[in-house]
Amino acid sequence: MAEELTIGFLPLVDACLPILAREHGFAEEEGVSLRLVRDVSWATVLDRLLYGQSDAAHLVAPLAIATTLGRGRPAQPLSVPFVLGLNGNAITLRPDIARRVGAGSGLGEPAAVGAALAEVARERRAAGRPLRFGVVHRYSSHNYMLRYWLAACGIQPDRDVEFATVPPPFCADALETGEVDGICVGEPWNSVAVGRGVGQIVLATAQVWRRGVEKVLALREPVLDEKRDAVERLIRAMCRAGRHFVDPANCEANAAILARADYLDGDPVLIRRAISDRLLLSRGGEIVHYPDFMFQYREAANFPWVSQAAWLYTQMVRWDGMAFDLVDAEKAARVFRPDVYRSALIGTGEPLPGASSKVEGSLRQKTAVGTQQGTMILESNRFFDGKVFDPADIAGYIAACG
Amino acid sequence: MRIAIVDESTARASVIREGLASLDDCEIFAVTERRGLVARIEEIAPDIILMDLGNPSRDVLEEYFAVSRALARPIAMFVDESDDEAIAASIDAGVSAYVVDGLAAHRIRPLIDVAVRRFNAFARLQSDLAEARGRLAGRETIDRAKRILMDGRGLTEPQAYTEIRKAAMDQGRRIAEIAEAIVTAHKLMGGKPVGET
Repeated sequence: MAEELTIGFLPLVDACLPILAREHGFAEEEGVSLRLVRDVSWATVLDRLLYGQSDAAHLVAPLAIATTLGRGRPAQPLSVPFVLGLNGNAITLRPDIARRVGAGSGLGEPAAVGAALAEVARERRAAGRPLRFGVVHRYSSHNYMLRYWLAACGIQPDRDVEFATVPPPFCADALETGEVDGICVGEPWNSVAVGRGVGQIVLATAQVWRRGVEKVLALREPVLDEKRDAVERLIRAMCRAGRHFVDPANCEANAAILARADYLDGDPVLIRRAISDRLLLSRGGEIVHYPDFMFQYREAANFPWVSQAAWLYTQMVRWDGMAFDLVDAEKAARVFRPDVYRSALIGTGEPLPGASSKVEGSLRQKTAVGTQQGTMILESNRFFDGKVFDPADIAGYIAACG
Repeated sequence: MRIAIVDESTARASVIREGLASLDDCEIFAVTERRGLVARIEEIAPDIILMDLGNPSRDVLEEYFAVSRALARPIAMFVDESDDEAIAASIDAGVSAYVVDGLAAHRIRPLIDVAVRRFNAFARLQSDLAEARGRLAGRETIDRAKRILMDGRGLTEPQAYTEIRKAAMDQGRRIAEIAEAIVTAHKLMGGKPVGET
């Protein structure tokens, strides 16, 4: 009898790997049976995880770290043995503002869009109606990528612009009613706003930090220890799901599965577009192909790089106004568990990076890196402003962020 | 004690409100509108907020609590680890509670118990309703299937029903499933819609 794991998720396209691992039978073949529980808020996904109603959860990566550090609740150590995907969010502005920042037929250039937006932000602040951005959660990569971009463009978050938490299904409404001027959200929610003519996509978060960590599979540390064997089976199943997911030949079938009422309960056309890296930027416009908008499998995308957890910690310090603390930094870094990933996949032929940390943002071009089996090619992982994050000097990086 | 019930289902909100009305010394507010939620909560200044776990605005409310400058800042009841059983019961029932810090546990507990009971009662009501609807839909389909057999094979109504029941027994399926199959097959064969009486 296969051991059962219960996994909580939010109806977003990047919940695809556990869903497809189940639907294509990869999990059963690996000897683990999956029960998926859909919720509509991260608070509920986390509650179920913390109180034992689920074994694992599809989670915004910073929330796994915040929970471990006890931000907002008593600390509970979480572990991330697998990254569910990189990037995949977009920044959508109200059409009038999109026009002001020069949005055209393609995605913008982050620095240029940011410079034009800084102008709008100044005007609006002077008029006593500062720009407001909707993000899905304080502890989300959406929030961190958006703030990183704004700050690097000279727009000081919380001083020049305001933020509001907006659940993904309500993003289009919030743009329409003017509750927010822009949103940073995953798909299909940008497309829903575009379809209703209330927003225009100006940037993909992959343009802010290419190959930036997005959703993760998180478990309570004691549960990972207790169910280690089943979790490793799940990791193998999700890797197979990833390989299946990125094959364009399977796109239509996978979109149809994800669109089902039990999963995303959404429009299969919009979902198919998103998972094939295609975006309709504005209503009535052309569909744009932006390669690697979502990044679910290649280049060991699911490997939990400790340096990425450390980067998320730097942003938490920055935007929560916390003091840098070496013990916290270490706790945050330890949330990501490359050791579990390696032990699950050893012997499967999946590339296993030799290092557990890397200098984030340092690759400008295709670079060969060492794996346990030889080498693997990683493409650019740059931040749009060209800065690099060296996990050996977290304090220095935070200080330089200002 | 001021209690806010945040629920987009007005029906459920009133079922809960009714239950809480029996408690002494409680002022109850139901918030069923998603828009303006935070402003409304600020206005009510509740000691306790009850919210269903399936409400997407939980993230919005938690963010508000995190940044609120109000002195009495509510925290999720779940973080009070003292009572695992109560927590499990409320997650099972699908209700979350936010309680102003410092509110005595003996005042909260009876209230949460009532809320959990009411949430469960409402869920039962819903599933009874869904079942009744399902039974009704099955009945309609069976009537249509009988009509198809009566028209197509010149059977009487009792004969048509016997045929359907026999097929169900032979195949180990439910009568409604066989009826469904007959109606679908009839449609596929280009038959005229039946039974829209």
